[in-house]
Amino acid sequence: MTSFDAILLTFLIVCAISVSITRNLLASIIIYMSFSLIMSVIWLTLQAPDLAITEAAVGAGVTSLLFFATLKKIHVIRAEDKNGNGEGRGDEK
Amino acid sequence: MKSNGLLAALVRFAESGNFREENFTLPPAEKARLDTDTPENRWLASAQHSEKPVSVRFAAWFSKKGMEVFDTLYRIISVFICCTLIGVLLSVVAFLPPFGSAGNPTVNEVVERYVSRAIDETGTTNAVAGMISAYRGFDTLGEAHVLFVAACSVIVLLRVDADARKKGRFIDLEHPGEDMDYEPNSDLVLRKAAKLLVPLAFIFGLYVILNGTSSPGGGFSGGALMGSGLILTSVAFGFRRTERFFGDEMYHLVKTACLTAYALLMAYFIYMGANGFDDHVWLGIPGTILSGGLILPINIAVGFEVACTMYCFYALFRKGGL
Amino acid sequence: MAEHLRGLFINYYETAAVILFGIGFTTLLMHRNLLKKIIGFNFMDSGIYLYLAAKGYIAGRLAPIVAEGRTDPARYINPIPTGLVLTGIVVSVSVTAFLLALTCRLYDRFHTLDMDEITRLARKERV
Repeated sequence: MTSFDAILLTFLIVCAISVSITRNLLASIIIYMSFSLIMSVIWLTLQAPDLAITEAAVGAGVTSLLFFATLKKIHVIRAEDKNGNGEGRGDEK
Repeated sequence: MKSNGLLAALVRFAESGNFREENFTLPPAEKARLDTDTPENRWLASAQHSEKPVSVRFAAWFSKKGMEVFDTLYRIISVFICCTLIGVLLSVVAFLPPFGSAGNPTVNEVVERYVSRAIDETGTTNAVAGMISAYRGFDTLGEAHVLFVAACSVIVLLRVDADARKKGRFIDLEHPGEDMDYEPNSDLVLRKAAKLLVPLAFIFGLYVILNGTSSPGGGFSGGALMGSGLILTSVAFGFRRTERFFGDEMYHLVKTACLTAYALLMAYFIYMGANGFDDHVWLGIPGTILSGGLILPINIAVGFEVACTMYCFYALFRKGGL
Repeated sequence: MAEHLRGLFINYYETAAVILFGIGFTTLLMHRNLLKKIIGFNFMDSGIYLYLAAKGYIAGRLAPIVAEGRTDPARYINPIPTGLVLTGIVVSVSVTAFLLALTCRLYDRFHTLDMDEITRLARKERV
């Protein structure tokens, strides 16, 4: 057990838990993105470079983009709010 | 208000039919007589109250408070289930063969065969590429079909009519609420960075696809990279400029051609006795681009199909059509 | 008990994978927001992939890319889990896209992402 593996796995679990406890949808999706990037480093340490490339392109790229597009589509992310009353930052409704 | 399917069914049961409170109210005249406060009536009322069977009273209480109770109950039960699941799985993991040992039962003769004979039989130096597109080629064909079906169902769910799109298209830029066709003025940094990154993404995607037989990668990884390049183009330069070179027709053409080519190549595998490892196809020189026999065309077909699908997902989510 | 803990410590990748699966399952059950449920689903996927890939890893060996013509199987790790997980990642992205499309349609109809609210409104609509 190298300390590098331990740090990566700890990061993975911390990311998963913080997605569960954060109230902001935008923040949780960004955390999911970083989760995928850590996952792709883990694939490299497990000697699976094919998976690392795929995970970096699909998990961190396309899946997160689809989540962002969904948020945009359901108007959780808005353009800058005139009143500045905190809408449009992706809070859970 | 907290519920799930089971709870909803229970509440519906409680609210429907005979358990409603109003089924047990009296006619008005009777009620007025009973409402006058005499000792007899008080006795009657209490008797009447206690006459209601327990189940009825429970149902009346349940339709009022049931949601809150089930909210609490649901949380307790789900925490319990999750803890039990993690506990059971951890207790299994504790007795597995140690991580990273060569004596693991998953390392058997199949693995030896795949690693040692992949070069001779499929011409690939990357054993994973040889495995997923030759030894287990039908598995990968099914995977491509899953992707295809997913794209079809997303089209069915999210596609907007062409007429409806034309009406609202590129007009209402002041109201981002109706933002299906709204594109913010893409800023300078994004456009300059995209000019640098888009060619790199495409070239790297092509590199990964073409070298899939001799280095890490393959159709799916390279296709996802090229799809990301397409998405980046669309984000930075807008839909109209992307549609100039990758519109509806182009999408259908590329996707259909790639899927047909892939299916025909797999049909050749079936025709040759379901393995395709004979000497009819030139296997190429292992370690170079032209290696792997039929795996290289398969990778190219899969790569372009995946790129199309990824861009199709994004375009459908963003603007309801390609 | 001590043996349990020792086993968990030796199989640390599998332990992390199982914990990840549990966290994903908890997110799926406990959250009312549909997007959170989908992210939890993806966590469960990742947990399973991590478990499979950890079972295929052999310490001190290389990725299964034959170099210098050395086809000795004792030099490379197990390629089968890698291939399986590669299939799984692509399937999971298509499932995610499908679920998100369903979420968009539900939002169009009910204007909320809350699962309970959607259930309530759907019931009211039917009655």
